[in-house]
Amino acid sequence: MEWTINGQAVSASLDPRVSLLDLLRDHLGLTGTKKGCNQGACGACTVLVDGERINSCLALAVQYDGRAITTVEGLGSTDALHPLQQAFIEHDGFQCGYCTPGQLCSAIGMAGEIERGVPSAVTADLAAAAIVLNDDELRERMSGNLCRCGAYNGIVEAVRATLAPGKAA
Amino acid sequence: MYVGQPIDRIDGRHKVTGAALYAAEFPQPDLVHAVLVQSTVAAGEITGFDQSAAAGMPGVLAIITPDNAPKLNTDKKAQQTVTAPLLQDRSVLYNGQHVAVVVADTFERATAAGATLRVQYRAGEAVTDMHAALSQAYPPKRFRNGERSPDSTRGDPDGAFNGAALKVEATYETPTEHHNPMEPHATIARWDGDRLTVWTATQAISGAQRTLATMFGIDPEQVLVICPFVGGGFGCKGNTWPPATLAAMASRVVGRPVKLVVTRQQMFTSNGYRPATVQRIRLGADADGRLVSVRHDGITQMSQPALGEFAEPVALATEMLYACPNAAITHRLVGVHAGLPTYMRAPGEASGVFAIESAMDELAVAAKLDPIELRLRNYAEADPSNGKPFASKPLRDCYARGADAFGWAKRDPAPRSMRDGRVLIGCGMATTTYPTNRSQAEAKVRLNADGSAIVQTGSQDLGTGTYTVLAQVAADALGLPLHRVRVELGDSRLPPAPGSGGSQTAASVASAVLAASEAARAEAIHLAIADRGAAWGGADPGSFDFRDGIISGPPGRVGLSDVLGRHGVRQIQQSATTSPGDAKKTHSLHSFGAHFAEVRVDPDFGTIRVSRWVGAFDCGKLLNAKTAESQLKGGIVFGIGMALLEETRTDPETGRITNANIAEYLVPVNADVPDIRTIVVDSADPVTTPLGIKGIGELPTVGVAAAIANAVYHATGVRVRRLPIRLEDVLMA
Repeated sequence: MEWTINGQAVSASLDPRVSLLDLLRDHLGLTGTKKGCNQGACGACTVLVDGERINSCLALAVQYDGRAITTVEGLGSTDALHPLQQAFIEHDGFQCGYCTPGQLCSAIGMAGEIERGVPSAVTADLAAAAIVLNDDELRERMSGNLCRCGAYNGIVEAVRATLAPGKAA
Repeated sequence: MYVGQPIDRIDGRHKVTGAALYAAEFPQPDLVHAVLVQSTVAAGEITGFDQSAAAGMPGVLAIITPDNAPKLNTDKKAQQTVTAPLLQDRSVLYNGQHVAVVVADTFERATAAGATLRVQYRAGEAVTDMHAALSQAYPPKRFRNGERSPDSTRGDPDGAFNGAALKVEATYETPTEHHNPMEPHATIARWDGDRLTVWTATQAISGAQRTLATMFGIDPEQVLVICPFVGGGFGCKGNTWPPATLAAMASRVVGRPVKLVVTRQQMFTSNGYRPATVQRIRLGADADGRLVSVRHDGITQMSQPALGEFAEPVALATEMLYACPNAAITHRLVGVHAGLPTYMRAPGEASGVFAIESAMDELAVAAKLDPIELRLRNYAEADPSNGKPFASKPLRDCYARGADAFGWAKRDPAPRSMRDGRVLIGCGMATTTYPTNRSQAEAKVRLNADGSAIVQTGSQDLGTGTYTVLAQVAADALGLPLHRVRVELGDSRLPPAPGSGGSQTAASVASAVLAASEAARAEAIHLAIADRGAAWGGADPGSFDFRDGIISGPPGRVGLSDVLGRHGVRQIQQSATTSPGDAKKTHSLHSFGAHFAEVRVDPDFGTIRVSRWVGAFDCGKLLNAKTAESQLKGGIVFGIGMALLEETRTDPETGRITNANIAEYLVPVNADVPDIRTIVVDSADPVTTPLGIKGIGELPTVGVAAAIANAVYHATGVRVRRLPIRLEDVLMA
């Protein structure tokens, strides 16, 4: 099997039961992606597959053969942070940090959904051509990523400052 | 000055890039994987294991059961820790108890084999619901480690209640709740001969070191515990729970490094919980609302005594919160077939203050008083339980500033009087308090010739900002830029520091770091004076400054690197151990605050949304305004979950937890949380710590559930006395 992970070609021969999450963490040493529940309930394992956010714990590695996967390690480095990573630090959008990689990937995936006009449960006008990322939309769309430290105010501020209309991502 | 400033976390870059390593993430050559197998009955005895299928599965290295598990030293006198279930006998005391450990070469193979292992039981009679056994409540044997009685009485509370003009008598209930930190418990264990290394998720590396040493009959020096980052704890990583010990046991059995990560489902039966409570409150007051009698009888759930004892101290806040000459509190336990409960964010206060602050709201209604006015009429100037003065208590400021920021005076106090269209709006408030705790701690500071410093202490950062605030304290004391200070935590080779619980880390460890930094600074000045010989002879060290590596004073200036270079020394090294001293003997040490909540209740669907929040707190001097605000807000979010969402449910037939996952055990999500406003009143506490710190972690969670219940009453006219508040509570009334 082959994947493109953070721009790098990777291949491995694996037990078909290995999840995409465990491929990243246990076989490739990319432990930035976190295992919080292993059943798709917490969002800590969120990664981007061809730009779309998924729970990597609910994905088998074999299902994603040939796909391009971006993890938190692919967003930026400690020397060159992605603007959203910088904003999470400035707005203190985390405490323990365990949900943070998932929050970051989820927010970037969410921005793509907004751009594509994908509605959410709080979108008032489903027929509208464009969706504005207001705070209600932001909170709703980020609700699949649990933060037990309760850093939601900071997360909203960081995402708003980086990805809301008029902000360059 | 860095102390107090809203400085970005110094470990932030590691956390946002995925570079921060948590317990399960340390690579080990030859690593194998262990999984826990848990009981499916709530009581009885294991009669046998059918290993025939599991043992032959590919990659399986060991199946450890009570029949072949190495014997551990679980003598309870040896330590205050969790000594069961550790596969030491065949008894089953609750559903979900560890009964076997399966080790295989991969996680998938271990999981598959674990699922194939068959366990046979002789099921016994189980008590699974504390409410069915309240009549068998018993007093705790070692309440607060035996330091005080579970009961206390002052004056004549029953006589005063009988004669009171106003009476409130009600029972409040809270459910079992689980911490659910985002990082599950995880341990990697490796033996090198008779030396054990564990990378484990813990709030107390010192406790883990002691516990594992005792269990395996080795010296603490033979156990190395490493835990640089913790993915949240909230109390459930305070004790060294069996999975860490079982990982070490499994590693010894197979002779290879073993990783054991507790699954989210297993987190519900592996590391404690906040026990369910039934609390009876009786308040008596005169016609003006002045309390004449307070009584708080708390009954809390316990496991079977063989697992240990944990008594949730629900009534302790009631003892000290309001001035009242007649008061009584009691604590009782009800044993059921469940795991051992433990501390969970604000243990005691979170549950108990829901009861007393709901009852005070009921008394305000009965007295026709504003709830704040009622509290001011009963304001305790000194601790009424012992007469000691409070080290500091600017609670009046918290009420006033919180009420002002919230617009409390603008509300119509009549229930069901405020609407926005069809939605009912309610406002509620409650007091919060939590003891100020501090323990002995040691820190070491190394001041290098190149103008950098290393701060070392065996504490841990649960996400509270320990790395950052210690760097701030040291940078100020050493006159260095923040980025020149490196902080090392989470390694048992570092100087000993207490566990991170009871909101004590900053008060304990920052005090030690301050003392060690000041000692290093003093030595730098002393060396410089000595170095200059007769030229600076007799100079007063107190007249010197030390900043950016330069020692300067009336006789002149010299660089530390020059001084050290001339003496062939590369660094100054100073350690300091600080202790709480006598503050607790002379003063009552507490933090305080006031919560103001607005809720919006849909009258047709019963849905309750928190729409506004103001919290005003006295938590002493802040070390970092940014991380402190996050901790305060996070504590409020934790309380919102307690008020409206969180409940662990148990099937009464089997004793099995039916929502043992984080989809059906509801915690607040982003959309449940409004913009929260926090206010910190200026209240440096000079008694408790030299830095004026009181501690933050638990305080903001306490009182949140009462403020919400009181707001729901104001919105709907329905008094809900059982958590979590459900939509049917407001619809069915």
